Amino acid sequence: MTEKAMSKVSIGASIAKFRELGLLVFIVLLSIVVQLRNPSFLTIENINDMMTNTAILSILSVGMMLVIVTRGIDLSIGATLALSGMIAALTVSDYPDLHPILAILLGTLIGLICGTILGFLISKGGILPIIATLGLMNVFRGLTYMASGGKWVSAYQMPTSFKSIATSKILGLNTLIVIAILIYIIAYYFINHTRTGRQIYAVGSNPESAKISGINIDRILLLVYAIMGSLSGLAGVLWVSKFASAQGDTAMGYEFSVIAACVLGGVSIAGGSGKISGIILGSILLGILNNALPLINVSPFWQMGIQGSIILIAVMINALVKRGVDRNHLMRRKI
Amino acid sequence: MSDYVLELKAITKTFPGVKALEQVSFQLKQGEIHALMGENGAGKSTFIKIITGVHRPDEGEILLDGNKIEFKSPNDAQKHGIAAIYQHVTCYPDLSVTENIFMGHEKVQKGTKRILWNDMNLEARRLLDELGANFDPRTQMGGLSVAQQQIVEIAKALSTDAKIIIMDEPTAALTKKESEELYVIAEQLRDKGTAIIFISHRFEDMYRLASKVTVLRDAQYIGTWNVNEISNEDLVIAMVGREITQMFPKRKAKIGDEVLRVEGLGKTGFFADVSFNLHRGEIIGLTGLVGAGRTEVFQSIFGITSYDKGKVYVKGNEVRITDPLQAMNMGIGYLPEDRQKQGLVLQWGIGRNITLSALERFSSKGWLKDELESEVAKSLSERMNVKANSIFDLASSLSGGNQQKVVVAKLLTADLDIIILDEPTKGVDVGAKFAMYEIINELADQGYGVILISSEMPEVIGMSDKIIVMREGRITAILEQAEATQEAILEAAMMSK
Repeated sequence: MTEKAMSKVSIGASIAKFRELGLLVFIVLLSIVVQLRNPSFLTIENINDMMTNTAILSILSVGMMLVIVTRGIDLSIGATLALSGMIAALTVSDYPDLHPILAILLGTLIGLICGTILGFLISKGGILPIIATLGLMNVFRGLTYMASGGKWVSAYQMPTSFKSIATSKILGLNTLIVIAILIYIIAYYFINHTRTGRQIYAVGSNPESAKISGINIDRILLLVYAIMGSLSGLAGVLWVSKFASAQGDTAMGYEFSVIAACVLGGVSIAGGSGKISGIILGSILLGILNNALPLINVSPFWQMGIQGSIILIAVMINALVKRGVDRNHLMRRKI
Repeated sequence: MSDYVLELKAITKTFPGVKALEQVSFQLKQGEIHALMGENGAGKSTFIKIITGVHRPDEGEILLDGNKIEFKSPNDAQKHGIAAIYQHVTCYPDLSVTENIFMGHEKVQKGTKRILWNDMNLEARRLLDELGANFDPRTQMGGLSVAQQQIVEIAKALSTDAKIIIMDEPTAALTKKESEELYVIAEQLRDKGTAIIFISHRFEDMYRLASKVTVLRDAQYIGTWNVNEISNEDLVIAMVGREITQMFPKRKAKIGDEVLRVEGLGKTGFFADVSFNLHRGEIIGLTGLVGAGRTEVFQSIFGITSYDKGKVYVKGNEVRITDPLQAMNMGIGYLPEDRQKQGLVLQWGIGRNITLSALERFSSKGWLKDELESEVAKSLSERMNVKANSIFDLASSLSGGNQQKVVVAKLLTADLDIIILDEPTKGVDVGAKFAMYEIINELADQGYGVILISSEMPEVIGMSDKIIVMREGRITAILEQAEATQEAILEAAMMSK
């Protein structure tokens, strides 16, 4: 191997590692700029607020990452979230004495059922994820309206215990943040230290090879959509508790924010790669954009455009880095 | 004006890791049918791709009508009157015959750029008539037979005023009668002055059509002969060439119990009546031309695909394997032909690749035992002598030979009795080949039953205790090592009875 090839390799490799650091630096710079324009940005109160708002997004990003790693996509999560949230809200309004933990479990169970149906369609039915989730998105949304009869469940219909899920604190941290942190710890171990976690990445990286290696691809696909569904169900309960309102159009279009958080965090839509640390940063960046742009008086008309542009830039950098790394790997092969 | 319509001088082409063509020269006269022959991997495909502008040569020059020329793209070559017809027809099945013929050079009205459908349909009709075909040019391409599709491809070549037509194994998928019709068309074209390069594995094609034959072997130009001046045997020797050298480490086979027996295995459209048995410590070589059904047989035994006739016995018990995991649990391991697509996860490290198919062994209750995993991966990687800095080096950074060693190491994580190796030395250099041969012998010595699927005859002869030759989905010969010669194998692989 020549000196030149060596040095190129190390640059390529360091860029690949640097990318998450780059995202971090970007977040820091953005925070400084916003802070200079509006000193109320980096106050404990605002940070806590921002993290609470980002918690639900980041929980969903975990599931979405697993789905995208297997070369899939899930567009139905907004609808799953709304359906689970609605049913949980209707239940607590009828049974105000229900323990909040049971309400959370109920929502998660409904999400699990939705995700399992989806997983079956995709793994056994062989329907493309984008089509299957697009179809079920409408089904779940329709069910939400049917369950509620088109009405809202408003704050006064919910018992205080239910609303306090999102307002209570554990060890000084908002419960939503604590739940998100717990999920991230579990996901980290699941991905890096279990057989199934490894197999999920194998299926996404090279399905053909995974099949020949004796991995049950159908089981893996079913599993990731079931996990995604469960997390959506959980997020539904948290969402309804936080906003103290369950509506038919809850979280409509929210799936795209989640996908954006994953892509920003370096999860490749082509499958096979994605890291927990990446989606944490991706979610935080998206959370900051949501929180900070209004704070520095960016017109709401501009906000979406700016968010979209930042996502596109991140994706382009992703593609360029990947191209460079691939080329360097080829150059390293001894000929 | 030159004597030759096409002349290639000392063409060399290298791909990462492989020399595909070395100093190859070739001359083609107007109105000549020139056969191009060689074993699988001799460099024929690359040769064609150079002529059609898909690849550019690293060295050497191409002369067209005596003028030096460089094709910038396949389109450029087409404009200079070169057209190619491939074995696997490269058509647009959902479009009409007319659209297929004129794809890329549609007739349009000057100015408005409107497509002139009538003119195109009429022209297509004329071309098809010329070729003696009577189907409607407005029918969908996908609805035609392979033979008819090939006629459309020829019509397409004619529509571009091709002076040179390359036919790459056009008869491989045709029946005898269809082949005969194709011969007639080729002769008509020749008589009108078109030069044809005809690639085929069938001797009968060559004798029937060609006046000259050029042989390539191991990326080298071997020679050009007049077809009526070279005997069958000499041609085979030219194609096979090498003596079997001392490359193959000798071993004393200690043949043990039967581990695999296959009886009358068949799959409609792929293979039929495949029967053989394999013992511990035995290496069975399976050879035949590409497309003879070798890989299909073993993929169906391994459970990647399925068979619909016959029986498989593993260690005396009849089994019906439906997925690879089941096959591995019964002690069958398969090294796929395409190590990059099927054997490895390229963006993963060596260690993870090695343990992927046996994660059960490296985990308890679903949790991975990281230390055990890296320990086993490391020792297997060392045993296979994989050249890398650590087991965390990415698989994509390894050379072909080392990648192949990783795939073999992966097999050895499971508890196997039978190892199926599909083209284990394809695309690796000589040193890596030798290393692989030693590994294969070691496996047999340890009591594995080994199936070695290979297109390289010296390898099959040098390594195997028994050699099975397949042709068009059937076993045409089972030879003991002592009676196996390259000529006998080639005859069984190529001749129709």
